[in-house]
Amino acid sequence: MERTAPTTGHPTIPDPVVLDRDGLDALIDALRGDGYTVIGPRLRDGAIVLDPVESADDLPWGWIDEQDGGRYRLMPGDGNAAFAHTVGPQSWKRHLYPPRQTLWTGRRDGRGFTVDTPTDPAPRQAFLGVRACDLAAMAVQDRVFGVTPHDGRSAGQERFTDTGYAARRAAAFIVAVNCGRAGRTCFCDSVGTGPKAAGGYDLALTELPGAELPGRGAPAFLAAAGSAAGAALLARLPGRPAGAEDRAAAEAAVEGARAQMGRAMVSDAGPLLARNLEHPRWAEVAARCLNCANCTMVCPTCFCTTVEDSTDLSGDHVERWRRWDSCFTVDFSYIHGGAIRQSGLSRYRQWMTHKLSSWWEQFGTSGCTGCGRCITWCPVGIDITEEARAIKDSEGRG
Amino acid sequence: MDSALLSPAGAAADFSNKADPMVPRPFRIVRRLREVDGCFTLVLESLDGRPYVFRPGQFNMLYVFGVGEVAISVSGDCRDPNRLVHTVREVGTVTRAMAALRPGDSIGVRGPFGHPWPIEEAYGHDVLFVTGTIGLAPLRPLIMEVLNRREHFGKVVLCYGSRGTHDILYEKQLHQWRGRFDMQVHVTVHSAPSGYRGRVGSVANLVKIARFDPEQTTAYVCRSETMTRPAVQALYERGVTADRIYVTLERNMKCGVGFCGHCQMGGSFMCKDGPVYRYDTIEHVFSVREL
Repeated sequence: MERTAPTTGHPTIPDPVVLDRDGLDALIDALRGDGYTVIGPRLRDGAIVLDPVESADDLPWGWIDEQDGGRYRLMPGDGNAAFAHTVGPQSWKRHLYPPRQTLWTGRRDGRGFTVDTPTDPAPRQAFLGVRACDLAAMAVQDRVFGVTPHDGRSAGQERFTDTGYAARRAAAFIVAVNCGRAGRTCFCDSVGTGPKAAGGYDLALTELPGAELPGRGAPAFLAAAGSAAGAALLARLPGRPAGAEDRAAAEAAVEGARAQMGRAMVSDAGPLLARNLEHPRWAEVAARCLNCANCTMVCPTCFCTTVEDSTDLSGDHVERWRRWDSCFTVDFSYIHGGAIRQSGLSRYRQWMTHKLSSWWEQFGTSGCTGCGRCITWCPVGIDITEEARAIKDSEGRG
Repeated sequence: MDSALLSPAGAAADFSNKADPMVPRPFRIVRRLREVDGCFTLVLESLDGRPYVFRPGQFNMLYVFGVGEVAISVSGDCRDPNRLVHTVREVGTVTRAMAALRPGDSIGVRGPFGHPWPIEEAYGHDVLFVTGTIGLAPLRPLIMEVLNRREHFGKVVLCYGSRGTHDILYEKQLHQWRGRFDMQVHVTVHSAPSGYRGRVGSVANLVKIARFDPEQTTAYVCRSETMTRPAVQALYERGVTADRIYVTLERNMKCGVGFCGHCQMGGSFMCKDGPVYRYDTIEHVFSVREL
């Protein structure tokens, strides 16, 4: 497959425009009119989750989150911004690679059997509010599932493509949002993925400062197209041309987020971990780790799955389901005779070295995009940046 | 992260692969052979009429209807695309259910998967096969193919070990191979009844006595992970270097295409990069526990 995407054939990218709240509503309306299910941030169960939205009213206006190791709280912000929150527990992988999928169904036929695969077309999904870290995560999973080529170790071998993922990915319309605020577990700047979306979107919004300041300005979003489809949609929306001051304000907002990054990943974490597989720090972190698998569930790039075969009571109908799995379970590495990774130490090491180190070998990229979810949603607040730094610092002392 | 990674949205253009690698193809069992205790061989024919093409060392995911799936190496001749042969040992739920199948029953096949044994790399060399018990099953397609291309190799030597005299796999075929003038076959057992006139001891001892030119030898080792180390050690002692030794490893193979993550070992997906590895590329992982 060519790296060139079908959406890049347009001659010019039109100038950005500024949308107000009605403009944002019009964007959602237009996408819905085009047959998309629009999925965006919504308040539910005390968190901001990624659910279908029907209008701009469904967005979490005025809410921000406070995140830290093992901590997530929602609170009213200082103003009325739609995207002043940062990433929540869910990532877009649940809509591109759902937690449970039917792979095929089978029916007994005499002494044989027949197999049917689901033929439903990929859903038309529009993702509203995709942050730069999560765009990078999609690009990572594109490599994992064989949608884009890469120079990882398996590049020279037969490349498989997950057709379900590829179809959902191709059908998706992506509205990115550049971050104007960073949380205490954010570290995208240190891994080079954000806070500004560098590409891979149809439209990118930047919420202009003012909206979050009480009594100052109505909500306003600088909207820029990143693809022909995005440009075509933008042309249908009621907006005013963006001026130099709007662009400057958008840049300033992103730079503000960059300056707020709560954490940073050490450089060269890949080779660092690869040469420290027997480091005493692994035992230390293993003593704290509950092996709960939360980090793998919230991670936007973790892709491991298992299959479940279920049979009806007659025994004549079977279904094979694929569901998310986690390398933190003992079963994960089971082969006849027992599991390879019996200890919590080996399982934590597998996760972190895979994410930061062996991912490079496999896919020519890091598996970490700096979203910070694994830190926030770890019940005991284990911090991947802190663990990597501890190993690095020990080398310095060495 | 490089910026080239961030390709435009909807980057997928043409993903209409071949057949979906996640969906089993139905095959019919045409023969079932009893092997040594706990082992059996199935000869399969494709029900969709398409031939089955594989290379020695590759494996399939075999599916028993309503029970589940398991990774099994192909054990037959890669020059016969109409007969797929698997030798299976009963160890778990799926293989026990598979043991109950009879000719005429169907079985699902996904594959072939995995990186095969390299063959051309050994041209001009002596060839040494080191294996034991059921390890001969995944190695047999390679032995057959080396014999098919016999003129490209120097000496061809098989060192095979079993636990006792009762579990020598493919015994008839071992006799046939031993009867050839262009192949040495050494068989050893770990324990034998009194009066047994064959060799007793470890496979590593066979490596010590086998005749080959260590500096011009390619060795193929197909043993369990724990037994691979003494075999490689014996090869080192004879002077065969790590870049001339190929081994197989085993992990939890599930999807076969590198999507499910279960078979990872370091940066390698064993289902795609393995199960055959050149020893010098993975020697380091043998020293890390629970990797």
